[in-house]
Amino acid sequence: MIAKSYALFKKDFSSELRTRYAINSLAMFIIVAISVILFSIGNETINESLTGGLFWVVIFFTAMSGLARAFVSEEERGTTLTLQLIASPSTVFSGKLIFNLILVFCMNFVIAVLYSALFEKFVVQNFTLFFVTFILGNIGLAVASTIIAAIIAKAGAKGTLYPVLSFPILLPLILTCVQLTLFSFDGTSFEEAQFELAIVVGYDVIMLTASYMLFDFIWKD
Amino acid sequence: MIWKIFLFILLVFVSIAGIVFPIVENPSTWYEFPLIPGLEENAKIIFFHVPTAWLLVIAFLMSTVFSFRYLRNKNLNEDAKAYSAAQLGMVFSILATVTGAVWAKFAWGQFWSWDPRQTSIFAILLIYGALFALRSSIESEDKRATLSAVYSLIAFVTVPFFIFVMPRIMKGLHPGSADDTNAGPVVDFQMNSSMQLIFFLSLIGFTILYLWMWRVGYRSIIIRDKLNKQQIISTASGQGG
Repeated sequence: MIAKSYALFKKDFSSELRTRYAINSLAMFIIVAISVILFSIGNETINESLTGGLFWVVIFFTAMSGLARAFVSEEERGTTLTLQLIASPSTVFSGKLIFNLILVFCMNFVIAVLYSALFEKFVVQNFTLFFVTFILGNIGLAVASTIIAAIIAKAGAKGTLYPVLSFPILLPLILTCVQLTLFSFDGTSFEEAQFELAIVVGYDVIMLTASYMLFDFIWKD
Repeated sequence: MIWKIFLFILLVFVSIAGIVFPIVENPSTWYEFPLIPGLEENAKIIFFHVPTAWLLVIAFLMSTVFSFRYLRNKNLNEDAKAYSAAQLGMVFSILATVTGAVWAKFAWGQFWSWDPRQTSIFAILLIYGALFALRSSIESEDKRATLSAVYSLIAFVTVPFFIFVMPRIMKGLHPGSADDTNAGPVVDFQMNSSMQLIFFLSLIGFTILYLWMWRVGYRSIIIRDKLNKQQIISTASGQGG
């Protein structure tokens, strides 16, 4: 199963390298979103909590603009039936999840680098906490957006529906990650942030389990 | 029929008692409610706001349970039941939000202050809104039922996080919150027996009303689908012949 998922991921990866659709649109979206924020701020310095919140706002909307492609592209090219024949649902889901995970990590890394370069108050005191939050938040974001992307693709690829469906599902994760990011700015110790970290870990595990269990129903018509 | 009359009398009694019975400092007769410090006259909303909030939880749970059952046996009647429960859940969420916001204007000074409860109900309204948007975007009946069932199950697993996350991030103002000092756990300690009686009667009355509305709702959905199918078949055969 792992070998098959990897093969599926490689297929997505090479077709992505050929068209560079997701990478280009995500990169442009990040630049547009951050420049809009910079223009609206002007010469003022915004405080830490606003910087931390805006960081996750940009992450959320960038994910919403690019991650729906995973399943929608299969529906558009009419390759869904072939995939249903050659692979089991969990294999397909793993392949797509790996692709989205890598996409999310790349995109959020770029956003974090740009933020630390452009925003004065984006100063991380507790780097380990920020790093752990970043990793766990990315995993949760990728899992939830992959399963919602599968629903969207079957619903006829309604682009506007994707953020609408994802937002209530991602809300607990984003709220907790904003809180954890602010903790890492304040230099809160790892022990004090244990409860919030446990919530994010729990979210990742529960979302992953629920997604694998429910994906069969979405995938098989 | 008899239970409908009984329900009507019960709800009329609860509505009149909840509004008219006075709140005094030392209740001596059975129809007087005790004064709860920090809430005063505002306490009367408990007879109308709490049942709507309770019913939205029940409706949310029922919609999840019937969605789960639909995925198990693929019977479209289960989907009609889940959909009807979700519709009523939306109605009661709006009622709870509006009554709560009006109450908050008088008790806390503003309509909306992102209290944990307000944030959670906002998330529930968003979930319902997304669910109905998803349902209206799909033509095929089976696909619509499956995808909305999957979505409501995914939404259901995020609910515990709201319960644990919200109180940590926001300060609680709502009566019964963990850090609420002045109006404590209202239901357990500060209501006298007559107030508790009216409260539980109201809860029972509204629950029966909900179950009745839900039954009418899902039956009408099933009948409408059946009629639609008959229409499609008759027009199709009419064109063929």
